[in-house]
Amino acid sequence: MFSIFKSKKNSDEKNPAQIEAESVSFADKIRQGLTRTRQQLGKQLSGLFGGRKIDEDLYEELETALLTADTGIEATNRLLESLRTRVKRDALDDSEQLKTALQDALTELLQPLERPLVTTGHQPFVIMIAGVNGVGKTTTIGKLAHYFQSQGHSVLLAAGDTFRAAAQEQLKVWGERNQITVISQESDPGKKGDPAAVIFDAVNAAIARKIDIVLADTAGRLTTQLHLMEEIKKIKRVVAKAIPDAPHEVLLVLDANTGQNAVSQLKAFNDALGVTGLVMTKLDGTAKGGVIAAIAAQFADNPLALRFIGVGEGLDDLRPFNAREFAEALFD
Amino acid sequence: MFDNLTERLSGVIKTLRGEARLTESNIQEALREVRIALIEADVALPAIKVFIEQVKQRAIGHEVLGKLSPGQAFIGVVHEELMAIMGGDKADINLNVAPPAVILMAGLQGAGKTTSSGKLAKWLMEQKKKKVLLVSCDIYRPAAIEQLALLAEQTGADFFPVKTGQQPAEISTAALDFARKHHHDVVIVDTAGRLGIDEAMMQEISQLEQLLKPVETLFVADAMQGQDAVNTAKAFSEALPLTGVILTKLDGDARGGAALSVRHITGKPIKFAGVAEKLTGLEPFYPDRMASRILGMGDVLGLIEEAQRTTDQQEAERLMKKMKSGKGFDLNDFQQQFQQMKKMGGMSAMLDKLPHQLSQAAQNMNVDEKVINRTEGIINSMTPQERAKPEIIKASRKRRIAAGSGASVQEVNRLLTQFEQARKMMKMMNKGGMAKMMRAVKGMLPGMR
Repeated sequence: MFSIFKSKKNSDEKNPAQIEAESVSFADKIRQGLTRTRQQLGKQLSGLFGGRKIDEDLYEELETALLTADTGIEATNRLLESLRTRVKRDALDDSEQLKTALQDALTELLQPLERPLVTTGHQPFVIMIAGVNGVGKTTTIGKLAHYFQSQGHSVLLAAGDTFRAAAQEQLKVWGERNQITVISQESDPGKKGDPAAVIFDAVNAAIARKIDIVLADTAGRLTTQLHLMEEIKKIKRVVAKAIPDAPHEVLLVLDANTGQNAVSQLKAFNDALGVTGLVMTKLDGTAKGGVIAAIAAQFADNPLALRFIGVGEGLDDLRPFNAREFAEALFD
Repeated sequence: MFDNLTERLSGVIKTLRGEARLTESNIQEALREVRIALIEADVALPAIKVFIEQVKQRAIGHEVLGKLSPGQAFIGVVHEELMAIMGGDKADINLNVAPPAVILMAGLQGAGKTTSSGKLAKWLMEQKKKKVLLVSCDIYRPAAIEQLALLAEQTGADFFPVKTGQQPAEISTAALDFARKHHHDVVIVDTAGRLGIDEAMMQEISQLEQLLKPVETLFVADAMQGQDAVNTAKAFSEALPLTGVILTKLDGDARGGAALSVRHITGKPIKFAGVAEKLTGLEPFYPDRMASRILGMGDVLGLIEEAQRTTDQQEAERLMKKMKSGKGFDLNDFQQQFQQMKKMGGMSAMLDKLPHQLSQAAQNMNVDEKVINRTEGIINSMTPQERAKPEIIKASRKRRIAAGSGASVQEVNRLLTQFEQARKMMKMMNKGGMAKMMRAVKGMLPGMR
């Protein structure tokens, strides 16, 4: 959030070779991102911490900065509350110390979300991807496939978005470029248009071919479209018919541009599917994705794992989430 | 979490009671609540600041008239001001140039540009009787061009075929030639999604704009966007001479504060609202309804319109006649009403559109989606004859229907009793003045028992 983790936009999906050639380390990426952060939000934030006294004005400006990042009222209040406690407890008196304290408070809030995805223990490990329209589900699947492949896993994709025009083609084009099998409805014309059937077939194909990981795409759906929410429940039930404990992971993809509605999206998809992990995309823009703090505050009793963050258009630009880095990069 | 403004204000309003005039001191607290409500609705902070100042100016000295409470008067001011900011009247699309009129679509990734292009093509063909050419300049996202080609096929618009390796600028000029030759009235140019900070891509679209000289350059914005909506809108309005906005995904449950943020930055009217995934899901934008929605006051008008759109008009009139007389209204009609209700997104979608107090009340009535589904299941298990003449359903038929729908005989009995009551109600209503009301909410009967 707060536009950290920017990756230099070097290429896009068209040219994986180029990306590989340009092997930028994670630390470098964050540093690059920070340069941009300073340029964009630098004035606002570094101005806050530049050797000032801690007073009400400072708190108010901090509140504005947090709200501007979409942290929402509840999480913002919680962070500021925690900050005030720290200031009192540790008798902090200058703004530099306040910065560290805010980093700590934010890290503490986000820490429970930092749980990487472990795919061992099941073969195939079935991952179902869900989310509202346009958050970047299909693109994320491409990046996930690349991520798992680079770790030496075999991957199979299920083109479960049978609704949107050319969605299956989008995944197939991507699969061809990267030599990954994509199961789509054409492979069985008899089951035309049924996402559950496509994914069921893909899981069975993965069993037969001893594939490690199945990534199942689904059509974007708004949570108010009840029939589509029913449909996705059905997809999950049908997957369980192929492998009883599958899907092993239900990933909800959230767009960093989304405001407080992301909280409602999570609630609705969680009610329908039992979401096990989150992916936040599009953190390479100016959007800060601070709604993740709102989510952390809302789901404090039962925190969901934020598995990955999308920091650019390149295949490499999907990173495991790290709360401390996230928080530190923000006010560095 | 998303407390409704009306509810929030009701606490504050108590302190306002009995004041004849709104003053700086007595609206202070109320303004704070408005600010919080707007933040929760994702209106960007700079836009909120300006807005609050305007409301303050207007509200101070405002006489509390007639039967209004000071709180109501205050909400009125907020609502009016919000409406005024979002453009007051609705703005129509401008096609006043020598054809072909070019419409350029621009926006972030995933905002809904391609889907909106398809919808706009359909709308222009149906409402304005235009010959439309769809062009895709999105050479980046895999299968984006195929997506638009499919949408063209579905809408019946013409599609400009792109050769592999063609760059957006080449595509644009070739498409313009093609449109002139084939006498298209409108050319809709879809572009790749891009970030406002991506200088190369912003330059690309700015060049396209200079090349195409569009009469409308529409910024496609996602209604779910948060605070960053201002930054994005700013980047696009600096790179392009925007003429209007399409606000997408308004059929979701986001409050849509982005509408205000985008309007605040671009100053351009929101010309259309995307309200469904179907190609018919493009509507003119109504500032008054959006104002109500941002404030959490519900969208009753939208609900009624949706009822009218999704309900087959003739079918509805036939039902109305039957309902009015109470004669000949049978379980077949009952079943149809269930289906129409489903088309509208089910009971809970409708409840979402009601103002806060009403939907609260409705929830207290225990409207359960599952009960409605079960009821429909029972009706579906009846033969057409049974639906036409419910009185022939006796013990044996009841057992069969119960077995067929997975319900108990008691549930079948309950349904039949309810139906009988509904029929009686209709006869009664016919005598009173309820018919008018029913016309407004036609198609909603089963859930309203």
